[in-house]
Amino acid sequence: MTPLEVGAQAQGEASAEAPGSRRRPFVATLGRLLRHRLFLTGLCLFGIIVLAAAFAPIIAPEDPNRLAMRFKFLPPGAEYPFGTDNFGRSQWSRVIYGAQLSIAMGLAVVALNAVFGTLIGALAGYFRRLDDPIMRVNDALMAFPAILLAIGITAVLGPSTIDAVIALAIAYIPRTARIVRASVIVLREMEYVQAAIAAGAGHWRILRHHILPNAMAPLIVQLSFLFAYAVLSEATLSFLGLGAVPPTPTWGNIMAQGRQYMTEAPWIITIPGVALMITVLGLNLLGDGLRDVLDPRLRVQP
Amino acid sequence: MTPLVDAVALEKHFASGEGALLARRAGRLRAVDGVSLRIAHGETLGLVGESGCGKSTLGRLLIRLTEPSAGAIFFEGEEITRLSTKALREKRRAMQIIFQDPYGALNPRMSVEDIIMEPLLIHGAKRDAPTRQKVSEMLDLVGLPKHARDRFPHEFSGGQRQRIGIARALVLRPKLVVCDEPVSALDVSVQAQIVNLLQDLQSELRLTYLFIAHDLSVVKHISNRVAVMYLGKLVEIAEKRELYRKPLHPYTQALIAAVPVAHPANRASARAGRVRLPGDVPSALHPPTGCRFHTRCPHAMAICRAEEPKIAEPVAGHHVACHLIGPS
Repeated sequence: MTPLEVGAQAQGEASAEAPGSRRRPFVATLGRLLRHRLFLTGLCLFGIIVLAAAFAPIIAPEDPNRLAMRFKFLPPGAEYPFGTDNFGRSQWSRVIYGAQLSIAMGLAVVALNAVFGTLIGALAGYFRRLDDPIMRVNDALMAFPAILLAIGITAVLGPSTIDAVIALAIAYIPRTARIVRASVIVLREMEYVQAAIAAGAGHWRILRHHILPNAMAPLIVQLSFLFAYAVLSEATLSFLGLGAVPPTPTWGNIMAQGRQYMTEAPWIITIPGVALMITVLGLNLLGDGLRDVLDPRLRVQP
Repeated sequence: MTPLVDAVALEKHFASGEGALLARRAGRLRAVDGVSLRIAHGETLGLVGESGCGKSTLGRLLIRLTEPSAGAIFFEGEEITRLSTKALREKRRAMQIIFQDPYGALNPRMSVEDIIMEPLLIHGAKRDAPTRQKVSEMLDLVGLPKHARDRFPHEFSGGQRQRIGIARALVLRPKLVVCDEPVSALDVSVQAQIVNLLQDLQSELRLTYLFIAHDLSVVKHISNRVAVMYLGKLVEIAEKRELYRKPLHPYTQALIAAVPVAHPANRASARAGRVRLPGDVPSALHPPTGCRFHTRCPHAMAICRAEEPKIAEPVAGHHVACHLIGPS
């Protein structure tokens, strides 16, 4: 045996013998995430928006829909931190309540994707017979740009918050399903799955215990990026008048309304734009960090 | 006495030539092509051959991890090729497998306890004290410390992972264990430990092994009988000592001659008697006509190209498929 092999073996033994090395994979992953600088930056940026949305009634006590025509087009100042719009409504309140809606809709789209994307992807990847029919429909849906598909669906369903969520979910589920399917196809051939079959495990147990837990990493990464796309697309839809109906404030419809007064009152369109940018940037950095830490292709074999 | 396993004319074909939706080409790869063999209770049958000769596929066929394309398998006299899904699941208790790659064979998200316990849970055990006790016994049996149970596979070395895999395979107290190159991926020193462990477990638990390997010295050490495969066919099967002393098939002779000789003083004589095989293994997609080995055989005759040799038994218990031997 070469010295290298002896070393490698000794190391292997030590890692199993050393006391206090009982680190569950989850804890180890969390530790690595918290040491990842981009991930932390993303967490902070997105955290600001989430906190603002969560504590909206406290930090923005003024009703976002209270009209005060006397105070219209006030620039940002002490009383109105973000100024007022063409109806004299507090931009501060409107942007913060808009954050609430953006986060809620993003979450809803992500949740629908997590459930249905996983379900469809797992069925297509695991049961070979279902793969072709499911994926051909999937491919057909993916041929449309997501936002175009969402516009088409809201045109049918009519503009409302729920319909926008449904439209965005339908537009993005094929992409999520594809990612889940790819992992499932790889995992299905793993020897530990073969071992489970040899032990007599049924399909459900194999999916639940062996395939899905190991397919989570790429799915989580995808969902964090999807959150960003969903927030952005929701803003696009409501900018086009296909999202939540005014006077409900959303970043998209505030910007649409501010577009007319871009030269006189640029803060109306700029501030929700900056909020949107911070959200999307934060989520993308978050996703990058997750991908660096979770993606098995970058993970070093211990 | 009925053998533990009796496989009759087993075949496994894989469709090849990845077809697009409209252009599926009917290429067929015969990974296992008409193999019949018997494994007696309590013996170790070694199975050797070059990579790609179908030995792993044959191992997986015998325990129905892979569905055979044709042929029948009798396990303790009962045909298992026609069992219902439910009956098969119950039967699986008696036949288990140990894999080559100790990394891919363990679910990285499960603790060692969960990995070893899973087969018991599948077969109706509860997650309670007696079940945990069984896991402890298995850890003991394969030589892992008690505290290993709460750890995860990535915390172990290759040899230790292989022990975990062995514990999982044996926790259901199977009769037949297919060892699919269980030591090929391990360091030489660890190989010896695992081989010894497998032998100890065999005598303790009265196991029957199908031991698949490409390392003839390991097979020689552990087996009672040895079978040699070439391009999906069984070419020779005999009692170990008989096969190593008097290999009859030219392919077996070449394989045995290719085993490296440890002592320098013996190398010259070994080299002198060595049979070298020219060329590469032909594609299993288009196997040669007649005897599949004729393209590389130093003794090939006209009949070898034309006609497939039948299996003959020139010495009792020594079967070989070659035109040089037997009633041609």
